[in-house]
Amino acid sequence: MELEQQLVIPRAVDAVWLALNDPNMLQGSLPGCQRFEQVGDNAFDMTVSAKIGPVRATFNGSIALQNLNPPFSYEIAGEGKGGVAGFAKGGAKVSLNAITEAGLPATLLTYSVTATVGGKIAQLGGRLIQGAARKMAQDFFTQFVRRLCDDETLDLVIETIKEP
Amino acid sequence: MSGSLIGKRVLRKEDHRFVSGKGRYTDDIQLVGVTYAAFVRSPYARADIKSFDVSEALAAPGVIAVLTGEEVVKDGLGGLPCGWMIHSKDGSEMRQPHHPVLAADRVNYLGEPVALVIAETQLEAKNAAEMVMVDFEPLTAVVNPATASQAETLYEAVPNNVCYEWELGDEAATDAGLAAAAHITTLQLTNNRLIPNAIEPRAALAEYNSGTDEIILHTTSQNPHLVRLIMTAFVQIAPEHKLRVIAPDVGGGFGSKIFIYSEETALAWAAKKLGLTIKWTAERSESFLTDAHGRDHVSEAQLALSAEGEFLALKVKTIANMGAYLSTFASAVPTYLYGTLLAGQYRTPAIYVEVDSVFTNTAPVDAYRGAGRPEATYLVERIVEKAAAEMGLDPAELRRRNFIGRDQFPYQTPVALEYDTGDYEASLSKALEMADYDTFATRQAEAASRGKLRGIGLSCYIEACGLAPSQVAGALGAGVGLWESGEVRVNPTGSVTVLTGSHSHGQGHETTFAQLVADRLGLPIEDVEVVHGDTGKLDFGLGTYGSRSLAVGGSALSVAADKVVEKGRKIAAHLLRTDVDNIDFDAPVFKMLDSNESKTFQEIAFAAYVNHDYPSDELEPGLAEKAFYDPLNFTYPAGTHICEVEIDPDTGVVEVVQFVAVDDFGTIINPMIVEGQVHGGLAQGIGQALLEQAVYDDTGQLITGSYMDYCMPRADNFPDFKVGMTCTPCTHNPVGAKGCGEAGAIGSPPAVMNAITHALGGIEVDMPATSEKVWRAVQTMRTLKTA
Repeated sequence: MELEQQLVIPRAVDAVWLALNDPNMLQGSLPGCQRFEQVGDNAFDMTVSAKIGPVRATFNGSIALQNLNPPFSYEIAGEGKGGVAGFAKGGAKVSLNAITEAGLPATLLTYSVTATVGGKIAQLGGRLIQGAARKMAQDFFTQFVRRLCDDETLDLVIETIKEP
Repeated sequence: MSGSLIGKRVLRKEDHRFVSGKGRYTDDIQLVGVTYAAFVRSPYARADIKSFDVSEALAAPGVIAVLTGEEVVKDGLGGLPCGWMIHSKDGSEMRQPHHPVLAADRVNYLGEPVALVIAETQLEAKNAAEMVMVDFEPLTAVVNPATASQAETLYEAVPNNVCYEWELGDEAATDAGLAAAAHITTLQLTNNRLIPNAIEPRAALAEYNSGTDEIILHTTSQNPHLVRLIMTAFVQIAPEHKLRVIAPDVGGGFGSKIFIYSEETALAWAAKKLGLTIKWTAERSESFLTDAHGRDHVSEAQLALSAEGEFLALKVKTIANMGAYLSTFASAVPTYLYGTLLAGQYRTPAIYVEVDSVFTNTAPVDAYRGAGRPEATYLVERIVEKAAAEMGLDPAELRRRNFIGRDQFPYQTPVALEYDTGDYEASLSKALEMADYDTFATRQAEAASRGKLRGIGLSCYIEACGLAPSQVAGALGAGVGLWESGEVRVNPTGSVTVLTGSHSHGQGHETTFAQLVADRLGLPIEDVEVVHGDTGKLDFGLGTYGSRSLAVGGSALSVAADKVVEKGRKIAAHLLRTDVDNIDFDAPVFKMLDSNESKTFQEIAFAAYVNHDYPSDELEPGLAEKAFYDPLNFTYPAGTHICEVEIDPDTGVVEVVQFVAVDDFGTIINPMIVEGQVHGGLAQGIGQALLEQAVYDDTGQLITGSYMDYCMPRADNFPDFKVGMTCTPCTHNPVGAKGCGEAGAIGSPPAVMNAITHALGGIEVDMPATSEKVWRAVQTMRTLKTA
């Protein structure tokens, strides 16, 4: 499962980069996040509840920020176990490009997500997983951008979704 | 009166109970103090188990016990065995990885059970199962059978993941035939992996009586005696006389309920270990994951023909997927139930087949309706039809030129079997007539005027049924004899209880067997009751599979009924004070030949038990006779199926617009039941051809794990089937029956696929012919036409 999306954010690259490394921003943007603990440099443990098709499950997992190239890119690698519901493993590559939008400095944020799932969620969710993962990613970045921008600049955000 | 019930469309005695909700399936059985089990399963196709932590689950509400693979090891339970030894070309024995009841240190397929939780309610058991913490360390899975022998080795004792490399036939003669050929047709094909989907999922209810030390296991089985034998002699959960297995009403099997699985075995073990009564009923998703799957072959074949279209040789190479472990009869399916059928209905003088069976991290694969014979028929009938197209011959005519003639029986094929009887021309002719074969071009043109591509396809199948002559089966590696037992027990008032070792799970034995025995004894069918499916009620039986029930189980009853008649003649002779030779049985009356004195069947039955003046040294009381019938040969049902399809070139949707099946099942007891069996088989065969496919992704996750992604056929996928019969009675059993349960699923897939290939102008697609594949093929066809 893969998907790619681009966002134009009316904030400078450095500001976006800082937010991407702020645990509070990450936690607040993550849908269904019940617990979020920093356990090391760029490493976090968390509990997330999610609903995929008919399966509702609570995943205990961890994420790590890797291949940091400030302020332009990093990768999020994560995995979670949902008990009988199965497991999910995935990663996101996030890159930032400085652009100018309406004469102001802005950031083109590109992320691509890969995810694999197993167990009951894979069995029952076959065709639902793509949608569920996309929705989770979109929800995350929507929240992220909302927290980053004020009401006026929020209207300037441009989203483009590319799917294979 | 004899002969009055054979061939009659007697309504099924069991249907009233089934359609009025009075059936008694395993899950319907209510016992006092019952507890419930839920299984913890692997979410990975292959992983090491680092540890179990059951503390949270044990503390959960209602939980009574949690048993893991570690307890299975501690109790020294044996593995689940495979009952058929296959030898490789080099003479070595097949390789069989240990198949644990619950995995303790390594899981090898998705859904493999590792623990069971027992609780007071089903919900509590399921909730607590989620709390069993199993630390899995995932490993790379081997999923693709075609490349499994080059992949990482899964079991130390199984180099290259190869179970066996088997061969049958004369390779040199086959190569000579290929060298002498005027034309060689080649074919590559996949026989798609299927999931059985019986309407009733597997279930078990195990009770333990500490007073008698007896376990009673109620379960969804096609062969309860085999369940008892394997659980006691191999897994050793109890001595054989301390385990009673009851298979009550069972809602369909299709082979999947032949096998001895982990869950039922674990339940019987746990019931005794814990002194509990425990119930488990599979959820549908558990059925998808763990019911033995079917088919899954990759094959290539070459058919050598003379310039006149005479078959000279057939050479086949097949890779068969066994899944992660050898299921109960898995090894026999791609060998002696497959390679031996490659002669089809033809005189092909030289045949050679190689089968490599491999292990993968997928659910075990075993017999599914047809078991090996659909795979053989699909290959033979696809390549024959392709050869006809390549040589510009009518496919019916090419078959005729190669048929074994009706005067050539018994016929020894080059692949071990000796066909006893048949008339292939008769079935073909009748099918062609019923299909209006000669006027197909008119229908094709009319379809073209509506923008549709219409095609017609034939399939002349043969199968070996009536499993099995024990001597032959034993020589080929079977671990058990494959005879069947039957008992005809006449009650003092003249009604009859018939006990059979075969099992009915939809086939209608309660009617067919009652017809058979009632006919033989001249009784009304209402006076005959059929009892089956309980190791506590009859001696031993081998169960139901391989279309064997009537041919083998029915034959046992026929012999037992004859013995009852013989005993009745003795009793009649005693009562009428004459010699046995002077008594004739004119059902239902025992008559003196030289006088008009006679005794009715009821009088004899009563006298058998009220025996005040018997010469007890000459005549025992009672009127109950047993028979163990071991067939002399397989039976060979055969026939012709003809399918017509229309393809919508814009959408790729295939519609089966006509389907004709003409079958020779030998003597038929109840045509209505036989037609029902044919209809069901056709539905499954057409389902395989058009819709069904089990798909694992490359990590071994089952992505067709529910009805959202695994497409089952429905009534609106089918036309009204046209079913006809021809009859050459089986020559070696007393009933003359050959078996009809699997024919529909065996004969139909190649007929459908040949029709689609015909409509697509020779472009081949693999099963299932989904609209996407067919649409792409239509695009290819158009490109080729314009090029």
